Amino acid sequence: MNQFSNLFSRRQFMRLVMKSMALLAFLQTGVLFWFVRKSRAATSLPEGYNPKDHKWCMSIDVRKCIGCGRCAAACKMENHVPPEPYYFRTWVERYEVHGTDEPIITSPNGGIDGFPPQNSSEEFEKSFYVPKLCNHCETSPCTQVCPTGATFVSPDGVVMIDYDYCIGCRFCIQACPFGCRFFNPETQTADKCNLCYHRITQGLLPACVEVCPVGARQFGDLKDPESKIHAFLAENQVDVLKPQLRTHPKVYYAGLDKAVK
Amino acid sequence: MAPNINPAMMEALQHVKGYIFPNELELQWGILIVIYPYLTGLVAGAFILASLNRVFHIRQIEPIYRLSLLTALAFLVIAPLPLLFHLGHPERALEVIITPHLTSPMAMFGFVYAWYLMVVLLLEIWYDFRADIVGFSKTKTGWLGMVYRILTLGFMDTSEKSLAVDDKMGRIITIIGIPSAILLHGYVGFIFGSIKANPWWGTVLMPVIFIFSAIVSGIALMLVLYVVTGRARNTPIKTECMDAMGKFLFYALVFDFALESLDWFHRFYEAEESIDILVLLVSGKLLFSLVGVQLILGTLIPLTTLGLTQVLEIPKKPRKIMYFWSAILILIGIFAVRWNVVIGGQLFSKSFAGFTTYKPDLIGRESLLVGSILLIMPFIILWVLTRFLPPWRGVGKEISHSS
Ligand code: SF4
Ligand code: SF4
Repeated sequence: MNQFSNLFSRRQFMRLVMKSMALLAFLQTGVLFWFVRKSRAATSLPEGYNPKDHKWCMSIDVRKCIGCGRCAAACKMENHVPPEPYYFRTWVERYEVHGTDEPIITSPNGGIDGFPPQNSSEEFEKSFYVPKLCNHCETSPCTQVCPTGATFVSPDGVVMIDYDYCIGCRFCIQACPFGCRFFNPETQTADKCNLCYHRITQGLLPACVEVCPVGARQFGDLKDPESKIHAFLAENQVDVLKPQLRTHPKVYYAGLDKAVK
Repeated sequence: MAPNINPAMMEALQHVKGYIFPNELELQWGILIVIYPYLTGLVAGAFILASLNRVFHIRQIEPIYRLSLLTALAFLVIAPLPLLFHLGHPERALEVIITPHLTSPMAMFGFVYAWYLMVVLLLEIWYDFRADIVGFSKTKTGWLGMVYRILTLGFMDTSEKSLAVDDKMGRIITIIGIPSAILLHGYVGFIFGSIKANPWWGTVLMPVIFIFSAIVSGIALMLVLYVVTGRARNTPIKTECMDAMGKFLFYALVFDFALESLDWFHRFYEAEESIDILVLLVSGKLLFSLVGVQLILGTLIPLTTLGLTQVLEIPKKPRKIMYFWSAILILIGIFAVRWNVVIGGQLFSKSFAGFTTYKPDLIGRESLLVGSILLIMPFIILWVLTRFLPPWRGVGKEISHSS
């Protein structure tokens, strides 16, 4: 009898363990929802701005870019990006292509200080500049891997980071195939382009688009029939970066060469 | 240049080869993230070795059964620390558990860890050591006796029948435990394997390779610990136990090596867009740690040595020495495996057109110093655990674990 009760009570013990785990899971879900609500409520958007009405994107015409780097400089200023030459929300690359050789690619200080004369004494068949930034991927791997949800996609298509929530695990930086993210030493969180969210929600242009002297960068709204992006997509041979990875970028390039990484 | 520029990074800038995206200069995951899978691998490996004995009744390795469980626990306790230390905001770490983002492999960490620690390891150890705990609770006094009394959870019965229940429960948990251990480490492999942006990591074989290398490292660790604790306690080191472990180690290593080779063969044969940069990586930046340490020192030499012990009649003494040193080499080799995966995967640019460099700091939060401390801590914890719950037979209350 004693044995039986011993066995029984141990079973009960196991059951207790199971029950407490279930309870924990339940509580966790509750807390989760509470948090999500709280964070939603905390987002302050300007009066009259409804994220659901927009789908922001960018178009870049590689043939127009002159590599002045003003976009990268403006971005650093506008968004308080650390000054070091290895933290960028946007940067410009120069490609020098000679025949079928591997291209020579450079981006000294992200192109902010402009580019030195060409790298090789040889004549290049092609040389061009490619501005890069976060592609605000429709199926963004960075969002997928973030363990807390600090990286999220806003209803207007902008992939953003909640800096008060990010734990700084840097998983997202590993997951971005385009090198668009960096670890901000000041905030100790991940960081990247948010299309100047503070500006676009007030009807302004992102800083890089604003300062581009040749209009190589254009800002667009896929949900706005008036937006110039529709003509851009219709009239050009358009490509995105690394389409094979199926991240569905929303930064569209015209005149992109196969040399571009 | 701005005045606050980090000189180490500026130096790194000089060592960049080819083109990397500007943000890629800095490695995101350093030495601590090398140590994390190394530790969890040892946990999984030690546990699986213990389970072999338990489930398949491999009596020869009985002497290290309980030591393996305690070793798994000692390493598991430390395993989350490197992760925690490397976070930019360690104080927010609990967000991962309170508000997990369910599509993230990393968010599962809390669940996998809690399951393995609470449900598997602690319960198993409790059932295995309960009779000893009861024994100690009766003999020890003061706060220590108190701790033992609490640990009995009120189950003081140590009759034959009650012990049989312990044994049965232990077996059931072991059977749950084997897939759990595989889950624990396979999951760590998946953290890397799920990164499609990184061809060095993003392969389906990643979790499988992680599991096998974990088993290899766990057996090697237990072999070393068996010899070291035997020496320290002045007890005979049983040849049959060493033979059995040596054999497991050999076969696990053969399997692990075969898997790794398969991975390479596959990569070469498919020769996808990333193959050029990976070849450059292996023949350049990783030459020493991959070919030198992982392949030659950590795989081929122990494979040959262990292979010889399997086919030749080698006298006991040199045989044991061969086992021991092979195990040491394997432990070094598996550390190199983790290094090559974690660091190697970040040395080349995602533009596949260049390389950055990595030199771990000597001191600081993510440094060699912290790394070494994290590697030593499990052994200290293990030492304390073996004092508290002596795993050796004949110490504490003699009980039978055979079934
Ligand atoms: S470009 Fe990189 S950071 Fe931007 S959404 Fe895509 S994966 Fe994320
Ligand atoms: S660093 Fe921050 S944003 Fe990136 S995955 Fe980790 S928690 Fe998410």
